[in-house]
Amino acid sequence: MLVPGLVALIFLVVPLIALIAQTPWDAFPKIISSPEALEALRLSLLTSLAATSLAALFGIPMAWLLAREVLPFTGLLRALVIVPLLLPPVVSGVALLEALGRRGLVGRFLYDNFDITFPFTTLGVVIAATFVAMPFLIITLEGGFRSLHQRYEDAAATLGASSRRIFFRVTLPMVAPAAIAGLVLCWARALGEFGATITFAGNFPGVTQTMPLAVYTALESDRSVAIALSLVLLVVSVGVLVGLRGRYLQTRTS
Amino acid sequence: MNKIIRGLIAMALIVGLGALFPSASGAATKPNGELTVSAAASLTDVFPVIADAFQKRFPGTKINFNFAGSSTVMNQVITGAPVDVIATASEPTMSIGVAAALVARPLLFAKNSMTIAVPSGNPAKIKSLADVQRGGLLLGVCDPAVPCGAAAVELFSKNNIAVTPVTRELDVRSLLGKVISGDLDVGIVYITDVRAAGSKVEFVEIPLKDNVGTTYPIAMVSDSKNQELAQRFVNFVRFNTTSQGILRAFGFAKPW
Repeated sequence: MLVPGLVALIFLVVPLIALIAQTPWDAFPKIISSPEALEALRLSLLTSLAATSLAALFGIPMAWLLAREVLPFTGLLRALVIVPLLLPPVVSGVALLEALGRRGLVGRFLYDNFDITFPFTTLGVVIAATFVAMPFLIITLEGGFRSLHQRYEDAAATLGASSRRIFFRVTLPMVAPAAIAGLVLCWARALGEFGATITFAGNFPGVTQTMPLAVYTALESDRSVAIALSLVLLVVSVGVLVGLRGRYLQTRTS
Repeated sequence: MNKIIRGLIAMALIVGLGALFPSASGAATKPNGELTVSAAASLTDVFPVIADAFQKRFPGTKINFNFAGSSTVMNQVITGAPVDVIATASEPTMSIGVAAALVARPLLFAKNSMTIAVPSGNPAKIKSLADVQRGGLLLGVCDPAVPCGAAAVELFSKNNIAVTPVTRELDVRSLLGKVISGDLDVGIVYITDVRAAGSKVEFVEIPLKDNVGTTYPIAMVSDSKNQELAQRFVNFVRFNTTSQGILRAFGFAKPW
């Protein structure tokens, strides 16, 4: 157990060490304070938080519906909801284009009637990130809802609470650790989104070029810039993990 | 006299036989093995056809491809990917590899120039290069870091055109894909790309005097494990008449 376990550890850690070792420290402050880098970071934070909010707004109710098996064919519905999680992100991007592109299944209707288009807009980035990240929230939270015995909700109902009140005052607080874990996973996935974004939303500084896209674009011209930007993403990810460690670990032990 | 003529005939026969059986001279060995060729995205369609011709000419060989933006394929070589041959869509990209002594003696083997790709039906009614300046138009270009983007920048400055693209794609094929899907109104791509796409896309020609081009170098990677075969493929792409015929058929011009 020890040796293969350590192999896994080394395998996961060495690339990160290499990234830090290769960081051009002299140029680092200049690179990350450049307008392009700050713009990409701002866009990344904005779109990943927006995607997480959308995922929470729609994903939390969906997780509850799955956990309580309110709808018929719950097993099938769960499978459908999880598909984007297993799909290669670039395939998600193609699928989104086919659905919401200007000549897409739904996009055509939106464009013809309301002049709404998603590709090449910041909203398109949010949609791509939501599509790939929401399943993380749903499956994490569904587990939380399932492990919560229905008798708490039943008890609240016998005391005359409305179903909305039960959900917000009883159910949701009791699954808070799972909800936070799900939101963090969802946010991290949204922050790292690359394939679906570049395929569906394109790549333009200040509009659709998030940090991962900026890293990839920089790789085409200046490797040291790409490494410096990568390090920023690494620091943000580790920072969030450390900041939420207490709550995050609770869900592991509960 | 008779003896001299007989002697000459005999000599001619020996020389001729020698030419017929080059292996008798001992220099050439039968090429075999596999090659990994990393090439610019704009070569995606033509290179497999050239590889077929190569494999037919040299049975027992196999060519594997890896297509991406020119800078990406050069980056792969720089970081030590196991690549035998590299072909880029621009000389400056190749010169990075030459400067680092990672590639040997590049040969220019093809030339390409730019065109204006529009979705079928040309919904934005583009008629000339000047039309791409129109406000509200969804114009896509390649990122200036990749050759098709550098060529687009050169094209716009040559023609004094000010544009506001909505995306800078990292390789020409993904740009063309978004034109084909109709999500972009216009894309500045290579002539060969619209040719390869056939009826799925339309294009507006740029007059020769206004147009810009790019030349394609190909070279063996110095670290190749099969240098003889790698150099043979490089030479085949550049010098073989079948190979050059295939390149013409796909719309590439001669660089020389």
